[in-house]
Amino acid sequence: MRNILAIAGKELRSYFSSPIAYIIIGFFLLPFGVFFYLYLREFLKQSMGAGQFGGALNINQQVIRYVLQNASVIILFIMPMITMRTYSEEKRSGTIELLLTSPVTDAEIILGKFLGALGLYVVMLAVTLVYMAILFIYGNPEWKPLLAAYLGLLLMGGAFIALGLMISSTTNNQIVAGVISFVVFLLLWIVGWFGDSAGPWMGPLTSWLSITEHFDDFSKGIIDTKHVLYYVSLITFGLFLTAKSVDTERWRG
Amino acid sequence: MIEVQHLTKRYGRVTAVDDVSFRVEPGEILGFLGPNGAGKTTTMRIITGYMPASEGSATVAGYDVFANPIEAKRRTGYLPETPPLYPDMTVREYLDFVARLKGVPANERKGRVDSVMARTRIADMATRHCGKLSKGYRQRVGLAQAIIHNPEVLILDEPTAGLDPKQIIETRDLIRSLAGDHTIVLSTHILPEVSQTCQRVVIINKGRVVAVDTPDNLTARLRGAETLFVQVDAAGADVPAALSLLPGVLRVAAADMRSGSGAFEVESERGRDIRRDLAREIVTRGWGLLELRPMRVSLEEVFLQVTTEESASDAPPPADAAAPEPPATPATMEEGPRA
Repeated sequence: MRNILAIAGKELRSYFSSPIAYIIIGFFLLPFGVFFYLYLREFLKQSMGAGQFGGALNINQQVIRYVLQNASVIILFIMPMITMRTYSEEKRSGTIELLLTSPVTDAEIILGKFLGALGLYVVMLAVTLVYMAILFIYGNPEWKPLLAAYLGLLLMGGAFIALGLMISSTTNNQIVAGVISFVVFLLLWIVGWFGDSAGPWMGPLTSWLSITEHFDDFSKGIIDTKHVLYYVSLITFGLFLTAKSVDTERWRG
Repeated sequence: MIEVQHLTKRYGRVTAVDDVSFRVEPGEILGFLGPNGAGKTTTMRIITGYMPASEGSATVAGYDVFANPIEAKRRTGYLPETPPLYPDMTVREYLDFVARLKGVPANERKGRVDSVMARTRIADMATRHCGKLSKGYRQRVGLAQAIIHNPEVLILDEPTAGLDPKQIIETRDLIRSLAGDHTIVLSTHILPEVSQTCQRVVIINKGRVVAVDTPDNLTARLRGAETLFVQVDAAGADVPAALSLLPGVLRVAAADMRSGSGAFEVESERGRDIRRDLAREIVTRGWGLLELRPMRVSLEEVFLQVTTEESASDAPPPADAAAPEPPATPATMEEGPRA
């Protein structure tokens, strides 16, 4: 555990001692703010109209849910930037020799890198809580669905990171790692679009594969074990493949 | 302390290391000598547990590097060919991270970092980012990183590469001062380095061990005859003819043009000192004796001889690939200033 934390700390520090972390967070917050503004404005317009007809509007369902659903897509675009250098940069610069000749196991290195990237992601999410705080100050959203949605974001991000880590471990070129990760993430998103048009059993299959589709229930404030299980298995799968890839590279030399 | 047995490493169909075996005794400095691409780095990477061998075994401080990698790695310090530095960390941050990674207890960490920085003379760079260091400092931070956990075994891959002459001397002194407490394997393609630093030499060529001995023995073993260098002022006389008549002289040849005119190499039977006879002969003939000294077979010649013998005995070598590179860096270049 001590080794994992040492590596996670190093990873996190390397994000923040270079411009990467700040660029990524900025790149994330900008569209996030735009969506937040647009949905909130729409909500305010509707609530004025609703005032005339009566009937309740729900800020959780009409603002938070859509903002976070859009955020999940922005995250998809940003994740490759977080994970692309994790392994490939170490391989290119030769620092991987330090890690692999230190008394730490491959699993510790992988988990350390995973937690480091997850740490940056958590910081990214934490900053968005400022927007949520505005809602709490001027409105009265429920906090439990919000918590569920953030749990969903965390799990989804973890899945992206695990897959990105695996892709980064296969190459010593971080641009290649970034592009491949991006394509894979994109496929995992758009595969859900086939939805109903794909037929009676391909339809459910494609939407089951889609990484963002599983976030839907979370965004509504529902924690469904089947979605939790999906993300957790994706994380495990990604980390497992990373371990295999690191081991293979080691034999190949 | 280190035991390597029948180590073989194949990359696909290429055999990089072929049945290499050697031992390193505790406290010894072993030089690992070979032309570029001979398999030095691969062998070191296997000993440090960076990559597994295709066949054979390597044991460090009693622990098999493949069966018990964590224990073996705990006792090994490794300086790879390119120092493994993180450019965006300061030297102190970096060494602290490595110390954590190598399992130095938290309360000893600061002390260890300070002491290795003092030892490798990098304390003045403690707050500098690793990416902004000069080549010489990078190399020294790399060395500091290797000794931070006070390992029993040190594996150094070309520790003096890229240093200026003063730094080379300092680094060699440092390495020599580490011997005794540490068992050291260092690789190099610079020959004088081996005779100056190492107690024993393993010469490796094209993945195979071609010689293991002390630098002195290697030199002696390959010296078939004693050779003397003489320079005489004989104004047109036939010096070789006169000198070859002396008892014990095998051959007289004109020496290198650079040595000036009247310079000859006189080869004599082994174990027979002909210097007195030679001097007397020259003087009685009325020539001027300008210089007379024994010639040493340099390690360079030994190296060339050993590595070419090997390729000559091989099956028909592909025209250019098999020709051993000349000892990559001649002694003069290594001593001269570097950019």
